[in-house]
Amino acid sequence: MTTTIGKVESMRSVFGKKLAEITQSDSMVVTLDGDLGNSTRLATIEKEVPEAFYQMGIAEQNMICVAAGMASVGLQPWVCSFATFLTKRTYDQLVVSIDQTMANVKLCGAYSGLLTSNTGKTHHSLDDIGLMTMLPNMTVIAPGDANETRAAMEAMYNYNGPVYIRLTRAEDIPNFTTDQSFTIGQGKVLEEGTDVAIITTGSMTYQVIKAVKILKNKGLSLYVLHLPTLKPIDSEAIIKAAKQTNYVFTVEEHYIRGGLGSIVAELLSEEYPTTVIRIGVQNEYSECGKNESLLDKHGLTPEKISGRIISKVYN
Amino acid sequence: MSKQLITIATEIRKGIVETVYRKQQGHLGGPLSVTDILTALYFHEMKVDPKNPGWEERDRFILSKGHSGIAQYVTLAKKGYFPEEELLTFDDLGTRLQAHPDMTKLPCLDFSTGSLGQGLSAGVGMAIAAKRLDKNFYTYVVIGDGESQEGQIWEAVNIAQKYNLDNLIGILDLNGLQQFGWTVSDEEQSEDKRVRRAPEQRALEKWQGFGWQTFEVDGHNFNQLLSALQSARTDKNGLPKMIIAHTVKGKGVSFMENQYEWHSKSPTNKEYEQAMDELNSILLSFKSKQRQNTSIEVKPS
Repeated sequence: MTTTIGKVESMRSVFGKKLAEITQSDSMVVTLDGDLGNSTRLATIEKEVPEAFYQMGIAEQNMICVAAGMASVGLQPWVCSFATFLTKRTYDQLVVSIDQTMANVKLCGAYSGLLTSNTGKTHHSLDDIGLMTMLPNMTVIAPGDANETRAAMEAMYNYNGPVYIRLTRAEDIPNFTTDQSFTIGQGKVLEEGTDVAIITTGSMTYQVIKAVKILKNKGLSLYVLHLPTLKPIDSEAIIKAAKQTNYVFTVEEHYIRGGLGSIVAELLSEEYPTTVIRIGVQNEYSECGKNESLLDKHGLTPEKISGRIISKVYN
Repeated sequence: MSKQLITIATEIRKGIVETVYRKQQGHLGGPLSVTDILTALYFHEMKVDPKNPGWEERDRFILSKGHSGIAQYVTLAKKGYFPEEELLTFDDLGTRLQAHPDMTKLPCLDFSTGSLGQGLSAGVGMAIAAKRLDKNFYTYVVIGDGESQEGQIWEAVNIAQKYNLDNLIGILDLNGLQQFGWTVSDEEQSEDKRVRRAPEQRALEKWQGFGWQTFEVDGHNFNQLLSALQSARTDKNGLPKMIIAHTVKGKGVSFMENQYEWHSKSPTNKEYEQAMDELNSILLSFKSKQRQNTSIEVKPS
């Protein structure tokens, strides 16, 4: 399959619009904001469905448990904040009140990864995949484009249980997925080749698609597996990718520890021992900078990703 | 048939001591301080049906100070939610009666707790949901004074006031002690060197200052408790309610009262016998008083 690139839609704008549609169609769905709605675009609900919008203020721990209490009475709350505050600041509340009770709460981590409008390390979320996939009852989704975000949100709405969705603020990702429906736990093969498997998730899949063009020019045959669900993980698709190729790389806008790279390496070490090269943020804190500079510094531009793969394969 | 709340509460205290003694694990101090509050709620105040625990219109209850779970379990058993024999499974592997309340195991629990400071927020969520869904149930949340050191309590307090949750009724089990706490100054030091204090001061002013309607009662006096609960329920004035209940940790067993060590300690044979003797004598003395004057009527359960 060759990836076709569609129009650019902002993930956060689609997030706001889709959630407004859901709240309009179902009065049991409510939204909770941690005073960031104008950034995350949860503000769309305040504007279009004000009775479904609850402002919880700058108090994330309370917000998480309020959502759990609402869910226990039958509502379906969607809680939205910056990914770093939504996960780290409330972790015990997420464990005890959401995950242990299996509350039907949807957690929306906006501004995940490095691209947070130049706000620096306090606002970067590079550990949320690790934190959230660690929770036994949690489902974790990181869509790759706006179209997939829309489809994933519909799947989240129809799923009964806690779900975390990791969204990027980047606004230059064109739609490369075309599916109208989303199956939780299913990976998508974007390229089928035999030399190198690149396994990606979320915002990095588009960077990988661009890297693939560079790599093809170097004569490599690429296998690209996009994993928009990190838990439950599509083990079969990962093993298949490893079996069909000679090298496995993972790419994520996250620490290489605890995220996609760890998940793939852990799985393959037991099921099909393979060397896994993890591309992502190393053991260090990030800093402020423009999107392009940050991706470059952490080796996540198409040029850096392809360069890393070439140096490994042709070395 | 009507029962006296004091009799029920004393029976619940016996059940708590009995269970912790038999299992040689669990908490005692907090469960004994909150017993009368639970008795007032389950045997008089709350609209609940033990035969239909999932009834959608039922009042909701959250024991935010989840380490007092044994007190709730004994209360639920006395109320008829499950057989009292099940109390002996408390804390065992596979039990529905987990050390801290678990709604996924015991369906008659409205929420799971155990990590302090979270239950009031969940209560805020239930109260908002009730208003949104036009339901008339009330949400009752019991918190501890030690628990109120958690900042999240005060996050919840703000939002409850913001959303005019007059269908949310909190009860502060203010027993003045916690698991370990602080040493007291020389001037405050009583003869008993084991006394340590929780720092909760001016609770009433704090809750008032956050815009809640407050009541202050002796948490072991049923007339006061019932009267405050009734006012809290009927004052539809847009204000969330907090009943500050002054209680005694370890209430009902002389050597456990006001002793922080009894937060979680298991009685020896001798201590168990003495505790049960004391609780039985409360039952006896109350029965003799009852012959003279019966003043507290309880709804049939």
